[in-house]
Amino acid sequence: MSNDFDLFRISEEHEMLRDAVRSLAESKIAPFAAEVDEQARFPREALDALTANDLHAVHVPEEYGGAGADALATVIVIEEVARVCASSSLIPAVNKLGSLPVILSGDEALKRKYLAPLARGQGMFSYCLSEPDAGSDAAGMKTRAVRDGDFWVLNGVKRWITNAGVSEFYTVMAVTDPELRSRGISAFVVEKGDAGVSFGAPEKKLGIKGSPTREVYLDNVRIPADRMIGAEGTGFATAMKTLDHTRITIAAQALGIAQGALDYAAGYVKERRQFGRAIAEFQGIQFMLADMAMKLEAARQLTYAAAARSQRGDGDLTFFGAAAKCFASDAAMEITTDAVQLLGGYGYTRDYPLERMMRDAKITQIYEGTNQVQRIVMARNLP
Amino acid sequence: MSLRIVVCVKYVPDATGDRRFADDNTTDRDSVDGLLSELDEYGVEQALRIAEASGDAEVTVLTVGPDDAKDALRKALSMGADKAVHVNDEDIHGTDVIGTSLVLAKALERTGFDLVVCGMASTDGTMGVVPALLAERLGVPQVTLLSEVSVEGTVVRGRRDGDGATELLEASLPAVVSVTDQSGEARYPSFKGIMAAKKKPVQGFDLDDLGIGAEEVGLAGAWTVVDAVAARAARTAGTVVKDEGEGGRQLAEYLAAQKFI
Repeated sequence: MSNDFDLFRISEEHEMLRDAVRSLAESKIAPFAAEVDEQARFPREALDALTANDLHAVHVPEEYGGAGADALATVIVIEEVARVCASSSLIPAVNKLGSLPVILSGDEALKRKYLAPLARGQGMFSYCLSEPDAGSDAAGMKTRAVRDGDFWVLNGVKRWITNAGVSEFYTVMAVTDPELRSRGISAFVVEKGDAGVSFGAPEKKLGIKGSPTREVYLDNVRIPADRMIGAEGTGFATAMKTLDHTRITIAAQALGIAQGALDYAAGYVKERRQFGRAIAEFQGIQFMLADMAMKLEAARQLTYAAAARSQRGDGDLTFFGAAAKCFASDAAMEITTDAVQLLGGYGYTRDYPLERMMRDAKITQIYEGTNQVQRIVMARNLP
Repeated sequence: MSLRIVVCVKYVPDATGDRRFADDNTTDRDSVDGLLSELDEYGVEQALRIAEASGDAEVTVLTVGPDDAKDALRKALSMGADKAVHVNDEDIHGTDVIGTSLVLAKALERTGFDLVVCGMASTDGTMGVVPALLAERLGVPQVTLLSEVSVEGTVVRGRRDGDGATELLEASLPAVVSVTDQSGEARYPSFKGIMAAKKKPVQGFDLDDLGIGAEEVGLAGAWTVVDAVAARAARTAGTVVKDEGEGGRQLAEYLAAQKFI
């Protein structure tokens, strides 16, 4: 039997990408991670470093000036940035989330208009689906878009918008025909500079403090009709299809956060001495590390398998995207909690990065659909 | 005709790993991961910057090393070099710096060059003499340890920062230069660069191709022999000076005793 073929192994190029991003993340992003969290400030250094190295929106196809990275390469970029700073990993992740509706459903002119500046680093892209009274039940949204000649006029409030205020571009889902419920929702590109767009106060969050989360207010925002993404009434379908792909990027964040915590804890237990020896020599500690590494690797394999499906557009993507997001984020919560435990009292202090990682991990179980919603999605789409 | 720049790079054991020697007292390359020497990344970076400024240049990366040294070439290609040359021959194992410079010089004669760029030293051997040996063998000027370098027409200019003075140097091409870790941060490979690297040409040479006899290189051809190696003793706890009013004096006395002041 021959062993010189790649059975279930990622390519050499993907591993080289991981090395490059890890090296960049450790030298340009990690040094600011604690400060970004402590001060709840935007990780400008990370944005500059990612943009300078064309890693801020790697998913944008080459024909629109992007790097043209496949779904797995995008996962690896997000994973390696999240390993040192989860807040910073929301830059490549949300740029994909915000722009994917345009990539999936937008016409050629819209793609050229908005993907090129995103690729050049001239404007990030946010995604506006949730509202104060429409979270898991996204189709219950109230934001309205009313046609007025060659324009649409938008009114409403979008909540939990990642990178709101920092991003230049916003994919906004709004009701164009209230009678049709989810089939009466359309998607639009709204620009930060459009008259009537404003932002709420930054939410005071448990984690991912460096990534601003704000409300987006739409007050008689009048935009040209060619800003609609796809046909009228297809916005909700586009929004859901987008999430099939981008839940994998949340899984990637979870992997990165968990890997960062495991790496730190594994190093610590070899240094920390009690009862005359390194605590890594105690079997109780070893079993914890083994469980953490086992869960992480299982989550990684599922996530990479899901990424391959996203890239190919396989029919079972919906199940795999939800499963990867749910499993990886649950694993990340367990792994980061155990990593804090391995450091004992030190893990509980802000002098060490683990409590930050544990707080950051929590959001991956909540956003882009809670893990309870993921289970509904999986159950409806069993493979 | 376009400017032909060749960067000499070395595949070295990862300095963050646990580096050891093999039974024959050569570097053990099996027990630790290898990579492109960090100091050579500065050479690749400066070569790419010169090429970008020129607009009409071709950057070749050249290495002498075992099969795995292709990883160092691939990294340099992913950073943006155009092609690579890999000299690989079992008889090269154990070659010292004199022999290495011979192999590199013969390979450079084969590829042709206007400018040879080297790092300031390898991160494993750290001798830093290859650029000078190369220039001597090739019969061209050497301008070493530069913190800035540029090419204008047929002249290479550079700045060397010494302890007491800064020298501004120039030489006519063809020439050999080496650049320091102060010359400018090396770029990270981009996704596009990584994807493009696999398709770039890598030419292989063995000793026969270069007309070098096995006896001129390897352990047998080396001018120096390593008889034995011993690990440096582990660091011991330092001296603690407790300040009870005389701390400054005690510290100064200690430093003076160690001949630091």
